[in-house]
Amino acid sequence: MRLLLTFLLISFATPALATLEIDISKGHLDPMPIAIPDFVGASEPEREIGAQVAELVRTNLERSGLFRRLDPASFIEQQNNINIQPRFADWRVIKSDALLSGRLVMESDNRMRIEFRLWDVLAETQLVGLQLATTPENWRRIGNKISDVIYQKLTGETGYFDTRIVFISESGPKTDRVKRLAIMDQDGANPTFLTSGKYTVLTPRFSPTAQQITYMSYATRTPSVFLFNIETGRQEVLGDFPGMTFAPRFSPDGTKVIMSLVQGGNSDIWVMDLRTRQRQRLTSSPAIDTSPSFSPDGSRISFNSDRGGSPQLYVMNADGSGIHRISFGKGRYSAPVWSPRGDLIAFTKSLNGKFHIGVMRPEGDVERILTTAYLDEGPTWSPNGRVLMFTREPRPGAGPHIWSVDLTGANLQPVTTLGDASDPAWSPLIQ
Amino acid sequence: MKSAFVSLTAVLFITACASTPPAEPAPTPAPAPTQPTPPPSTGPIAPIPPVPGSVDEFNKTAGNRVFFDYNSAQLTHEARAVLSRQAAWLNHNGTTRILIDGNCDERGTREYNLALGARRASAARNYLVNLGISPSRISTISYGKERPIDGNSNEAAWSRNRNAHTGIVSGATS
Repeated sequence: MRLLLTFLLISFATPALATLEIDISKGHLDPMPIAIPDFVGASEPEREIGAQVAELVRTNLERSGLFRRLDPASFIEQQNNINIQPRFADWRVIKSDALLSGRLVMESDNRMRIEFRLWDVLAETQLVGLQLATTPENWRRIGNKISDVIYQKLTGETGYFDTRIVFISESGPKTDRVKRLAIMDQDGANPTFLTSGKYTVLTPRFSPTAQQITYMSYATRTPSVFLFNIETGRQEVLGDFPGMTFAPRFSPDGTKVIMSLVQGGNSDIWVMDLRTRQRQRLTSSPAIDTSPSFSPDGSRISFNSDRGGSPQLYVMNADGSGIHRISFGKGRYSAPVWSPRGDLIAFTKSLNGKFHIGVMRPEGDVERILTTAYLDEGPTWSPNGRVLMFTREPRPGAGPHIWSVDLTGANLQPVTTLGDASDPAWSPLIQ
Repeated sequence: MKSAFVSLTAVLFITACASTPPAEPAPTPAPAPTQPTPPPSTGPIAPIPPVPGSVDEFNKTAGNRVFFDYNSAQLTHEARAVLSRQAAWLNHNGTTRILIDGNCDERGTREYNLALGARRASAARNYLVNLGISPSRISTISYGKERPIDGNSNEAAWSRNRNAHTGIVSGATS
């Protein structure tokens, strides 16, 4: 599954100080206009894939809400050699702030090479020049990698385009639902089923290497947390717990899985070491304790508990000590998920018959509600902590779909899936 | 209806014969007065009683599902009555084993509902155990909000979907 991608700097010119930068922390901003001509090529097959890669980069960047793709029909300069400077005046006339020039070269052994240069049109400087090599069928990953490079160069933040989403594909009537583990690219491309649908599966989550998925399955007599190895397809029950296990998540270093275990009808939080297979109980209250999520440094855990009488968010130390409540607003809070940046916790909130996705600081203050619908639940963070995906049922009976929203609350949009889909989990950037 | 038809026919006959010399119509015998046929009386026949010790008997005489209030695993008065009948049947059919599955409506998040469903199944189980049913005969499972019995999204459906269902998994007469 791991793909061979080589990155080589092809320009060693002194990097110009980037004058072009998007501040993505602002709630409302004008998307940066960017011109991305189809990548040039010497042959028809090269130009064909070059056009696909360019279109993917345009779509990715525009979907982020931070860029505005300019219509290639408006371009004045028609480039056929990316190794000479563009005529910047031609790009300024069409009000392009940035220009991406790319070239695709087929090599003999079923490999292709893509070279690209990102230009600051106003400062007339090259911001980045890279080449990547891969097999032709891998062109989407190249397009996603290029998108990440541009995003990083122009926003100063790591991108999230070369990532995947594991989710639950749903079909059939509500009273006899078929749920299958499935995986796709972050933009919905390349959807693949990982389980047959014979058994209900729920709440998949990636390991920090994106090579493993932990999820809950009804394939066993007692429903249990499973591990799925993406590379080998191997599935295994995680641990031999004396009861139902659910709500699993990896620790940030990937060495542990944290989850809930039901004993005598009561759910508590446990953590299991994947190497030693030793397990440790972290909470022991007669209340519901579930949906645990580690902070990115592994030192703390947020979770959901009704120990105070209604479902609320709590934080404790990784050893189970220091439990304290952090949610105090009106409504019922659940499914807390710690941001990969560490600065926020996303959650699901229900209030007055509506569901919301929101964020608050780990201290519990500065709560912001980002979405509202009949049912919004289960947020998952993009690896750069700027975008959230979640499950949305917009109206009663409309069926669940995956949606995404920026941390600012802007850029709310559906993610394309084949049929109904729920429980998305975002992978880290693929290595 | 019958008499109306007869008189209409007579009118048509008279009209049709208007140009011909009138003839004395043959006297017709008056129709004999008829009693309306009484409708057949209907009524249920005695149902065939369920086979003793069968799942059918359990479902019909005890009831296989108890219902809960929103976000609650407290057994209602009605739920206790159903569970008491379940216990009586289980005591009478001592080789049966049961699986209690706990269920929730869709207005909660997935993982919280898995926990809540477990709590509901456990509440039903504990009540049966207190009435003398051996814990070894009872398994529990939670489906959270994954197995609604009513696919609608309204108050009535939600209240049906908040339940603990008792299924006989072995030992019943077939």
